[in-house]
Order: sequence, then C-alpha cells, then structure tokens
Amino acid sequence: MEQIQQPWPWYVAGILIGLIVPALLILGNKTFGISSNLRHICAACIPAGIPFFKYDWKKEVWNFFFVGGIFGGAFIANAFLMTGAPIEVSPALQSELAGYGLSDYSYMLPKELFSFESLLTVRGFIIMVVGGFLVGFGTRYAGGCTSGHAIMGLSNLQWPSLVATISFMAGGFFMANIILPWILSL
Amino acid sequence: MNNEKVQNIDSNTACVNESTQQHPAWYNLKYAAVGIIFGIVFVKAEIISWFRIQEMFRLQSFHMFGVIGTAVVVGAISVFLIKKLDIKTIHGEKIKIADKEFNKGQIYGGLLFGFGWALTGACPGPLFAHIGAGFYAVLVVILSAVAGTWTYGYFRDKLPH
Repeated sequence: MEQIQQPWPWYVAGILIGLIVPALLILGNKTFGISSNLRHICAACIPAGIPFFKYDWKKEVWNFFFVGGIFGGAFIANAFLMTGAPIEVSPALQSELAGYGLSDYSYMLPKELFSFESLLTVRGFIIMVVGGFLVGFGTRYAGGCTSGHAIMGLSNLQWPSLVATISFMAGGFFMANIILPWILSL
Repeated sequence: MNNEKVQNIDSNTACVNESTQQHPAWYNLKYAAVGIIFGIVFVKAEIISWFRIQEMFRLQSFHMFGVIGTAVVVGAISVFLIKKLDIKTIHGEKIKIADKEFNKGQIYGGLLFGFGWALTGACPGPLFAHIGAGFYAVLVVILSAVAGTWTYGYFRDKLPH
C-alpha cells in the first residue's frame, strides 16, 4: 500500500498508458483519443448548424464513458491513494516560480494561478481561459492531442502524427520558456 | 481551400470509429473501466501536474518524456502484434486503425495546442482528471477548451489546411 501511495515512476505509468492502445482496440475497435470528446460535446450540445458538428455523435458515446472513467479513476486516486504530501518539484523550477510569487505545492496545480478568484487577474485569465481555448482550438485543428497523435498515432507509425507531436513540443517549449515567464510576471 | 477538400480531411480530424457492430449501451462500461485505470495513472504518476509539464518543457525532469516515450513503445509493440497475429476484438471483429493523412493543420494546430499545453499544464485528458480529483476551477479551462473547439469548427473552412 505504501508503494501505491508514493508517486508512481514514469515506466509504470508509461507501460499502463501504452496498454490502453491495445485495450481499446481489442475491446471494440476504438482508437485512443481524448480531445475528440470536446468535439462530441459541441456536436451534442451546441452544433449550431455547423457542418463540422453535424454527425452522429451518439456513435462515439463510448468516449464519454472513457472520460467518465477518467473522472472516477482520478477521484479514487485522490481520495484513497495519496499521502497528502506536497508535490516534489525540481529546485530550478521552484526558484523560478518563487520569483513570480508562486510557492503553493499542496496540489498538482499552483493554486495561486488556478482558482475562480485568479480568473480576475490578468495572468490567471490568460492561463486558464486563453490556455484552455488554445487547447481546444489547437487539438481539433491538429486532429488530435497527446493521446490521439503522440501515443496512438506514433504507435501506428503515422508520420503526420510525428509532425503533430513535434509541433506540440515546439509550441510548448516556446511558450514555457519565452512567453510564459512574461505572462507570470504580469 | 475549397470546401470539398476540407470535407475530405474530415476523417482525419474526426475520431474515426471503426466498429460497425451494434451493442447495448451498457457494453460501454468496459471503456469506463479502462478510463478508471487511466485516471488513476494520471493522478498517481503526477501526469496531471502543471509543475511536471513545466519541468518537461524546461528540460528539468525526465519524468514526462519517460512516460510518453514508454507509452509509445508499448503501444507500437501492441499495434505491431495485433497486425502481425491478426488479433480480433473480443466480439470477433477484425481490428482496423485508420491512417492519419497529413494536412497543415497538424503544424499550425499543433503549435497552438503546444502553447495551450504549456499555459494550462494539461492536455485534454488531465483536464477531465482534475475535476475528478475535486479541483473544480479547472471547469473553466474545460469550458474554454470546448469554446475553442467550437470556434475551430465555425472557422474551419477559412483556415489553411
């Protein structure tokens, strides 16, 4: 039990996530991909006559069940499988974040940035609202996210997925190192 | 770009559901079971952590590279074996995986998603996991992501692909 309560090493997580690919295929010919759910939500709730959202989303309802499972699994892990210890973060990042007044390591997100109150700050708004918008817009424009392209696509040796994955990483490196420091200092 | 070509890449940007079989709705619970394992891994390996993502993009930790790299290797071996051994689904259906076709969206959209990934410290899966873990402020991020997806759908014909 103690081992389970400690943070799991990367190879345990990597193997389990990799096995989701064959699990979904063998359970019912489903390809791993999370960001499609954002499209299915649009198709189900606010299609607004847009061709991109006119399709039989009910056929994809399995993916809502999959995401529902993610909710449940995260709940279980958080409620029963944690030590409650603060998250360990590299000293280099800690000292950088301290410069922006960020020092709360009690949860996996910095609570100073991710809260309803933080929405009223410039940096909180950019990170939560603009960031979320870019995640939704970018994943659909790219045709997938980390699961659909980086894991499922690369597993199936699809070169367009390699292009997408390199683009994800390039965008992330640029934002984290060049733009984000400026946003955090706002 | 004309509308027809955009429609042709639809199969690329859509989640392609290869199964043609009909099953009762409760059969979907098997996907929920897989999702539960995924959700537990997300939290326990700190994949949903904004800090881990910042470390990844600053090359301050190997953790996330290890997670994604291992997942790709395990996934690739699995797909190879499924094809090589012609493994069927549990319902006896042949397993098919659609090819991804290239379009420029994978570059432009990929870069934009990368920006969002570094800002929010989360790709779509972890966003949902945060709600399960009881961190409700992330609902705002999810709603914004839905708005982003909707906006893409609205302007899709006008965007370079």
